Amino acid sequence: MREALEGSQAIARAVALAKPDVVAAYPITPQTHIVENISKLVADGNLHTEFVSVESEFSAASVVLGAAAAGARAYTASASQGVMLMSEVMFNIAGLRVPLVMTIANRAVGGPLSIWNDQSDSMAVRDSGWIQLHCISNQEAVDTTLQAFRIAQETDLPVAVCMDGFVLTHTMEVIDLPDQETVDAFLPEFEFARALDPAAPKSMGTLVDPNYFPEVRHSHHAAMGKALAKIEEIDAEFEKVTGRASGGLLTVEGPKKAKVGIIGMGSVVGTMMAGREHYKKEIGDARIIKLRSYRPFPAKALRDAVKGLDKLVVIDRAISPGLGGVLGTEVSAVLSTLTKAPKVYNYALGLGGRDIPETTYRDLLQTIEDKDAPRFAVLDADLDKLPPEDR
Amino acid sequence: MPQGSDNSKRLSELRMKHGRPPASPSEPTAERTETLREAQPRFRGLESGHRACQGCGEALAARLVMESAGPDVMVANATGCLEVFTTPWPQSAWRVPWIHSLFENSAAVASGMESAMKAKGKNTKVLSFGGDGGTYDIGFQALSGMLERHHNVLYVTYDNEAYMNTGIQRSSSTPHAATTTTSPAGKERMGKRHLKKDLLSIIAAHHIPYAASASVAYPADLQRKVRYAMGVEGPTFLVIHSPCPLGWRHDSALTIEVARRAVQCGLFPLVELDRGALTNIMPIREPRPVSDYLELQGRFSHLFNKKDYRAQEELDHLQALADHNIEIYGLRGEGVDPVDTTGMSHVKRGGPLAGRN
Amino acid sequence: MIEYRIHGRGGQGSVAAAYLLAAAAFEAGFTCQAFPAFGAERRGAPVMAFVRIDEKPITLRSQVREPDYLIVQDDTLLLDPNLASGLKPGGAMLVNSRKPADAFAANFGGRIVTFAATDLANKIIGRPIPNTALLAAFLALSEHVPQDALAAALKGRFKGAVLEKNLDLIAEAAKAVEAGAWKETADA
Repeated sequence: MREALEGSQAIARAVALAKPDVVAAYPITPQTHIVENISKLVADGNLHTEFVSVESEFSAASVVLGAAAAGARAYTASASQGVMLMSEVMFNIAGLRVPLVMTIANRAVGGPLSIWNDQSDSMAVRDSGWIQLHCISNQEAVDTTLQAFRIAQETDLPVAVCMDGFVLTHTMEVIDLPDQETVDAFLPEFEFARALDPAAPKSMGTLVDPNYFPEVRHSHHAAMGKALAKIEEIDAEFEKVTGRASGGLLTVEGPKKAKVGIIGMGSVVGTMMAGREHYKKEIGDARIIKLRSYRPFPAKALRDAVKGLDKLVVIDRAISPGLGGVLGTEVSAVLSTLTKAPKVYNYALGLGGRDIPETTYRDLLQTIEDKDAPRFAVLDADLDKLPPEDR
Repeated sequence: MPQGSDNSKRLSELRMKHGRPPASPSEPTAERTETLREAQPRFRGLESGHRACQGCGEALAARLVMESAGPDVMVANATGCLEVFTTPWPQSAWRVPWIHSLFENSAAVASGMESAMKAKGKNTKVLSFGGDGGTYDIGFQALSGMLERHHNVLYVTYDNEAYMNTGIQRSSSTPHAATTTTSPAGKERMGKRHLKKDLLSIIAAHHIPYAASASVAYPADLQRKVRYAMGVEGPTFLVIHSPCPLGWRHDSALTIEVARRAVQCGLFPLVELDRGALTNIMPIREPRPVSDYLELQGRFSHLFNKKDYRAQEELDHLQALADHNIEIYGLRGEGVDPVDTTGMSHVKRGGPLAGRN
Repeated sequence: MIEYRIHGRGGQGSVAAAYLLAAAAFEAGFTCQAFPAFGAERRGAPVMAFVRIDEKPITLRSQVREPDYLIVQDDTLLLDPNLASGLKPGGAMLVNSRKPADAFAANFGGRIVTFAATDLANKIIGRPIPNTALLAAFLALSEHVPQDALAAALKGRFKGAVLEKNLDLIAEAAKAVEAGAWKETADA
């Protein structure tokens, strides 16, 4: 049913539709409205779940790990500092191949302290072994959350659904929430073959010596590879029952003959699409690639998506100080096997929540017309605000 | 404050002016003619102009603490309201050295600062500030470690009984039956299900030299406790009840009255502990019923719904908790207090109550 | 697409106003987007909220830099002459104020209407929250979205006596301004 909802509110309703057994909650801006809305549903008897108000994110992640390990569908949400605090547990959950779902309401990691949106939190845990999916709108965030529960239990991998904090979480827009019957038909009961069960006792998380460790890591990597097809398959199934797809691994828009492409993750891609509509006559019509699955990284799909491009702008919402962009570096690496790879221009935008205006589309295309355009820059940094020695 | 070589001279001046003992025998003691103003040490460690809400109990508590602590301190401050409203870049309301790191580690950061002072032979006192979230919950581990290692740090927790900075979510310090955004009252819930964590008992079990509870409604008592703790060598702990008009849903003019009633009904006992043993209490001459305290606050309004049988049950429960405190801490005081310097038994401060009657 | 910017102080319901405007637009069959500019807000601090209304899905996510309309919930904010920056030529501003519109015309171009929303709110709902009254007056002036859509949006958010009083308030507020005075901007 179509409703005007705040993003967080819609996510809470989506989580309730998935009927989690255990929800762990620790508040952090900008995820707070998600856990608040869930607790309201619980208080009013609209959701029956074990709602555990934990004392830190480290415990939030540990609680959902324990719950899922014991055979329960489990959910939590966090952001920024909270993701960093639970990062040790995140590596643990994925390494133990325990299926569960977490929303990351993307927010900059301090110091200095920032409450505003960028993707440095989910970037910081990209190597944790979680599946990481990014959403361009609140509708996609709702749909991806529902799909995530199924992806997790069919791959035995935890799934992080990433949505830009404030930009999506605190934005009201029109969202179509599926009804309970549709969700029940789409999402089967939680099943975890290796769950802790006295009837079939197993030991989880044992000490693994060098005789076995590389094999463990290899099998994790292989499972992530197989998850690529699963992510596409489950999106297709979701489209069958709701009429809406979320973009599978990635989507491509724009003229087939385009020579310039722009790729990004999350809500910034929506702003690029709007900018393209507004400025394509003035500056040119680019191909817009929306990357949804960041881990596993869809290398083959990306190589196909950039065919024919001379230049590719990669928008980063986080940086690795001393290296440059993160997504940009990975895209360059993945495309390096192509004989005719497009020239990659990697620009970080909107760090710490700086607003990304509609004119950015035009500015990006203008910037790369210059043959001496930098291959990496924090493009919206105003160097005049810094003393000369810090530029 | 001038940079460079004159810092130590300036520091001596400030210490003499504000009553701290000289750092060494060779440092000159004060020879001064005091103005009345100077006779009252009021060091503005926390300056005005910060961005706190109207009526903020925590801002008041912090100011009182800093006045008594004096200039020769450094502060480690956890994430929370105090940190956010005092340091909007590029401004700061702090006139003392101050650091904010994360939410969960102010006690650990303070431990490091104190270790540096020891290593360098300096005796600048280290203060560690946190809200109830950063102390009772996410910062608990770091606090326990600091106390166990016996660092010379005064830890002050500003207890506004929820995660206020992020929007009024419950903490383990939230009182039983209080509504917060993550423990809302509803058809199947009457606010927070669990009890307010008895933090002072846990602190007592660490057997530190001094621990106490205080309230913004009793500023002289609060400042006495701060000055005492400042003089103790070793870990000290202070929990200050700090009403939040926004989160507790009361008129911002009622902050002090709300805090006072919390003490007078027994729900927030004012006590002092020496190595875990109870050594002093603020007596309650005429205990008020808990409803006098609860009725001022919107976060308890569901307990006054006469149509809900659960409301009276919860009121009785809270009254029992208050009665229990009064008994175990021995809070009953008989008759008029001969040393009633605050005149609490006779004076009604602030004029008629705004808002609810 | 029509873009709005709402200015107020923390505690006056500026963010709620943005959500209500968006919800009303949705009731009227439009797509909508509403969000605050978030700060570490405290009661009394200046806040901004943004709204977009369109007939097709809205993908743009940036803050509104060139609003078609401004709604100012607290006239003391207009002491900052930059408050209305970006207002499109031909744009209009509704100010919650007891002062007449020409008290502000010196510093601001464009059309200005003032309306004492806080007084009316105090009178009818007994609380100095001007947002619903201002929205009703705004919709009456611009006629993008009919009043009954605002009423439907209120019904989705309030119940009982609070709802009834707010419905009375919006009916009164809509009468307090000149209906349709801004209608031609809607077609721009």
